[in-house]
Amino acid sequence: MKKILKGIYALWYREFKVFQREKSRIISSVFLPLFWYFIFGRGVGSITNTKVNYQHFIFPGFLAMTIIFSSLFNGAYIVWDKKVDFLKEVLITPLSRATIFTGKVIGGMTDALLQASILILIGFFLGIPFSLISLVLTLFMLFIFAIGLVSLGLIIGSFLESPEGFGLVSSFVVYPLFLLSGALYPLDEIPGWMKVLTHIDPATYAVDALRRAILHTSSQSFIFNTAIICLFDVILIMIGTLAFKRMKL
Amino acid sequence: MDAIVINSLTKVYGTTLAVDHIDLTIQKGEIMGLLGPNGAGKTTTLMILSTLLKPTLGTAIVNGFDVLAKPAQVRASIGMVFQDPSSDELLTAYENLKLHALMYDVPMGAIDKKINEVLSLVGLQERQHDKVKTYSGGMRRRMEIARGLLHEPKVLFLDEPTLGLDPQTREHIWVYIERLSKDTGMTIVLTTHYMEEAERLCHRVAIIDNGKIIALDTPAALCESLGGDMVFINGKNLQPQELAKLPFVRKIETLDHGLRIAVEDSAKNLQKLLQTAGETEFVTVHLPDLNDVFLHYTGKGIREAQGSVMEHIRAFSKARQNN
Repeated sequence: MKKILKGIYALWYREFKVFQREKSRIISSVFLPLFWYFIFGRGVGSITNTKVNYQHFIFPGFLAMTIIFSSLFNGAYIVWDKKVDFLKEVLITPLSRATIFTGKVIGGMTDALLQASILILIGFFLGIPFSLISLVLTLFMLFIFAIGLVSLGLIIGSFLESPEGFGLVSSFVVYPLFLLSGALYPLDEIPGWMKVLTHIDPATYAVDALRRAILHTSSQSFIFNTAIICLFDVILIMIGTLAFKRMKL
Repeated sequence: MDAIVINSLTKVYGTTLAVDHIDLTIQKGEIMGLLGPNGAGKTTTLMILSTLLKPTLGTAIVNGFDVLAKPAQVRASIGMVFQDPSSDELLTAYENLKLHALMYDVPMGAIDKKINEVLSLVGLQERQHDKVKTYSGGMRRRMEIARGLLHEPKVLFLDEPTLGLDPQTREHIWVYIERLSKDTGMTIVLTTHYMEEAERLCHRVAIIDNGKIIALDTPAALCESLGGDMVFINGKNLQPQELAKLPFVRKIETLDHGLRIAVEDSAKNLQKLLQTAGETEFVTVHLPDLNDVFLHYTGKGIREAQGSVMEHIRAFSKARQNN
């Protein structure tokens, strides 16, 4: 057990050090949602009539966005480790594939949560009405959401053979997850086919839960959304462990 | 107990036999060299021994553990220095080594001491807090060798340890490997396609070509097995058939650019040899080295064996153009 925990700590240690040093990744992941918030939010906000201020309405969506982008790419980044042979160094250690997977998930989740925390801090200054309880619920939701997404990224990364596949991940996974989540618009009046897709998208439940936590408005209860995201996590962790076991170099 | 016992080990990729029924026993404390051209199956063999690849057939026991049945125990008992850099460039040497120590369950209190110890062995303790991306290729290789030693493995695998390094750095690395073997008695298995490297470092050498071990012995015994000095001749109207009749000629190989002849006691017999050879323009005589051994067993020099890949490609593209 001690060996496993040390192994997980080792992988986390590496992710954390790299995170600290890749400043450009942090900067872009914090500024991208801010651009959306200020430019897109203000622009669209001027023509919409939502119950709450539109910019406030989409703020929880941007927390989810930060988690989606950074978790998925962080996971898929393992394909880069394959390319530079760092993965060999990890796979040749006595650690089991399940331990390696867990360490990677925790490392990626830490990065994603730190980035989202920076955004929450900025949210304070933007006048988003955070309370202690809403903060705890928000961080909890971001935490469980990140676990599933890092796992998804790792699964995709374990199948990719070269970093060139990153573009595909972005087009076919990251953007659909984000755009269908209701981060940018309410889901009440969209057409039926799209509603189906939004129901399949796990991000929908995370965004809804975040909106409940921060703005006290949502279509499902926080508990229900939490249960869905936990289910999503369990499924992806299981698939991810299997994907890691069969991963070849 | 032997460090490594390999029985009939085979790896098939699609229709290619990368490793073809290899049998090999490596003793404890030995430096074993796997010598052969690129693509001979050396790296594949190391990958199987380190459990990163599964064999198609056959068995391999490393430090008493079967690579298929007990992969985690095998991995815990070996160290590996890969052919390509496998450290994280954004981390410092210290951080890369710490990461490694944690993954191999080196006791927490001993980690810093061990890191210092192995880094000073390769002369890098001064630079340990610099990021690896600021290192030269040679420094990075030294760092990765130090890393491979950190958890005190019983067997150390070195995949082409000096590939692409300048002569001075290569010499340094050779000295580290020699010292390591002498001081710790660690079993070392290295692959190389450099003759000098195999001759200098290895107690025994297995010559590998097309996935098979074609010769296995000490470098000296392999060279002696050729039965004489190596004479190379080029010129016009060379007479290999006549030369073959001479009693002191052991073997003649016709190369593109001349003849390579194994001759007993060349100092005494050279003149007679040249009289028989034809109109010679150029003659060299040398003691046999592993390249000659390789040539003897495969019918091609190790450098030519590498060239043959290009020849295949050329022949292939020519054939396509003609169609």
